[in-house]
Amino acid sequence: MSETHSETVAYVRETMLPPEPPPLAESGAIKWLRENLFSGPLNIALTFVGLGIVWLILSTVGPWLSHSVWNAGSMAECRQIIAETWGQGASGACFALIKHRWNQFMFGFYPQVLYWRPVLAFGLLFLALAPVLFSESAKARRIVLGLSMVLTFVIAALLGAPVAALLGMAVLMLAWAALIETRPQWSLLASLVYPFIAVWLLWGGSLWSEAMVLAGFGLGFAVWRVLAARFGLLAFALAVVVAAAWWLLLSGPLASALAGVLPLRLRPVSSDQFGGFVLSITIGVAGIALSLPLGVILALARRSDLPVIKLLAVMFIEFIRGVPLITLLFVASLLLNYFLPPGTNFDIILRVIIMVTLFAAAYMAEVIRGGLAALPKGQYEAADALGLDYWKAQRLIILPQALKISIPGIVSTFIGMFKDTTLVVFVGLFDPLKAMADTIRASFEWKGAYWEPYIFVGAIFFILCFGMSRYSMYLERRLKRDHR
Amino acid sequence: MTTQTTAIPAAGHEAAIEIVNLNKWYGTFHVLRDIDLVVSRGERIVIAGPSGSGKSTLIRCINRLEEHQAGKIIVDGTELTHDLKNIDKVRSEVGMVFQHFNLFPHLTILENCTLAPIWVRKIPKREAEETAMHFLTKVKIPEQAHKYPGQLSGGQQQRVAIARSLCMRPRIMLFDEPTSALDPEMIKEVLDTMIELAEDGMTMLCVTHEMGFAQAVAHRVIFMDQGQIVEQNTPKEFFNNPRSERTKLFLSQILGH
Repeated sequence: MSETHSETVAYVRETMLPPEPPPLAESGAIKWLRENLFSGPLNIALTFVGLGIVWLILSTVGPWLSHSVWNAGSMAECRQIIAETWGQGASGACFALIKHRWNQFMFGFYPQVLYWRPVLAFGLLFLALAPVLFSESAKARRIVLGLSMVLTFVIAALLGAPVAALLGMAVLMLAWAALIETRPQWSLLASLVYPFIAVWLLWGGSLWSEAMVLAGFGLGFAVWRVLAARFGLLAFALAVVVAAAWWLLLSGPLASALAGVLPLRLRPVSSDQFGGFVLSITIGVAGIALSLPLGVILALARRSDLPVIKLLAVMFIEFIRGVPLITLLFVASLLLNYFLPPGTNFDIILRVIIMVTLFAAAYMAEVIRGGLAALPKGQYEAADALGLDYWKAQRLIILPQALKISIPGIVSTFIGMFKDTTLVVFVGLFDPLKAMADTIRASFEWKGAYWEPYIFVGAIFFILCFGMSRYSMYLERRLKRDHR
Repeated sequence: MTTQTTAIPAAGHEAAIEIVNLNKWYGTFHVLRDIDLVVSRGERIVIAGPSGSGKSTLIRCINRLEEHQAGKIIVDGTELTHDLKNIDKVRSEVGMVFQHFNLFPHLTILENCTLAPIWVRKIPKREAEETAMHFLTKVKIPEQAHKYPGQLSGGQQQRVAIARSLCMRPRIMLFDEPTSALDPEMIKEVLDTMIELAEDGMTMLCVTHEMGFAQAVAHRVIFMDQGQIVEQNTPKEFFNNPRSERTKLFLSQILGH
């Protein structure tokens, strides 16, 4: 071919060449091995060192795991079984401890007969989230809905929920799922009501007090909605005042009056009975749900043109990020009481949730600010040029894109915050990792257990965090718009 | 050289845009100096000039993407001041097409076109979609309506951007170098769309280096340099008989090869 080129200057291609597969040496496992593991003397050496390290780890941990004992009443019995089966001096894991005390890792000191309530609250969480998290794919949403309903019901039944509770649970979940599938818009309202149901299920007491708090939000929203067109920002302030007045003056008497008419009561559980993963997940989910909107507001405030708002946001973010979380938790447990009027009993878990939320929100704000900064200026200009005002431009154009860019960072912050909930051990709450493990080890039967609780708790944390991480990757794939 | 003639009314009588003694600074840099310009309704103006001459800044002042420090800009009877209501009013009357299209990549083509009519003009969704399809047909890409901007070529994206502006039914269209970021093969399709728009009688201000377009469409060509209007004339006079030395130099450079 090249000869014809050189002979004649004028040349016209008559047929276009089709693409061909690459030569065989360019693919296959052998090629991968040669390129990645055995490409040179150094790489060959490193490969063998790596294999050696893997062998060392497996040869130590392997027997310990394979000698696991799952059925024993105490540490001593467990060790005896290992010695009898594998000979004196053999090491082995004693997972009988987990089998024996798993309920404390999960529920802390939550009353055993009420275990179904946190389970139901956790199951309903997925019903509340499904329409938001899986709005793009009906199939994924139905799988999540079905699985969480069945699992919640089965687990609650196994944990000995009373028949009336099981019936109520089944009706509630089926009705909710039907609502999600038939009226997705309305189901979002149900998702907004979820936190109040969860609080009621977890702490018990009269449903009316939660309902009155919710009514306060509804009242405030209604006031804002009616007056917003005429008064703008003033309407927002007015809505806050109306809601606050409702909570302080009317909601208490009204709740007790309604409870007198129709007592919807669950047995109350106090905050110091919470522990284990019930505590971690309660704080974690509340913190995640609250820190995202707060982080968005802080990020927008920090990029605001108004100097006062910008300064406040910068001060808040830099202060919170500059202080260890434990400091804030101590503030929550000790200092806050000094500032509050004497006699106010402000729930410790609520105080911790507030602090954890503020802490995560500061990080969240910076992550989202990164996303906002990554958007080309043209997006802002196009939104302006079309006549969209600031809030509409943010809501419809800027934030959807900025949040999408920030997904990895946002989920990292979520995961970090969820793991940080174990730090509540320092303010006397029973986190699953340290406080619960120590409590169990302090018992007569399980004195001397060391690795087993940590492995178990670590594995559960890993499953939950890995789940969040996988979800974020799924979401990123779903939202990809570049070349589909 | 500062013989700033008042506008030559080329079509219509009402003033669509009135700019009086406009001055603007970026920090200490004086970008726009004593600009006076009256644009009549239905008039088509091409603004040319070397880069850095302030031509983009000038048209970006008209919908307040840039703020001016002195002088007056009155668009369709509304003066641009710090009053946000006036700014939003002007912006919803004035369409703008950018050099880099600035489509919203997370929305489909159709959603790009219906977003502002629905949220700013409060038009029902169905009606907004009908309007959008009408204008997408007009720019000859109705079949792409459900794709995302990232799947379209540059020329197609720019035509969508034009359709998106038209969906707001603007009285005035501003074009900020609409073909500068396009491959040569795609410039023509965008220019054809703009010519069609011109034939419908739209008031247009267009910053461009496409002198063929200027000759074919413009009522008036304005030449800017160093933040000032150096020369303005009908395209015929402007290209055949430029008066200022700066204009002659500019024309010789861009038409010279």
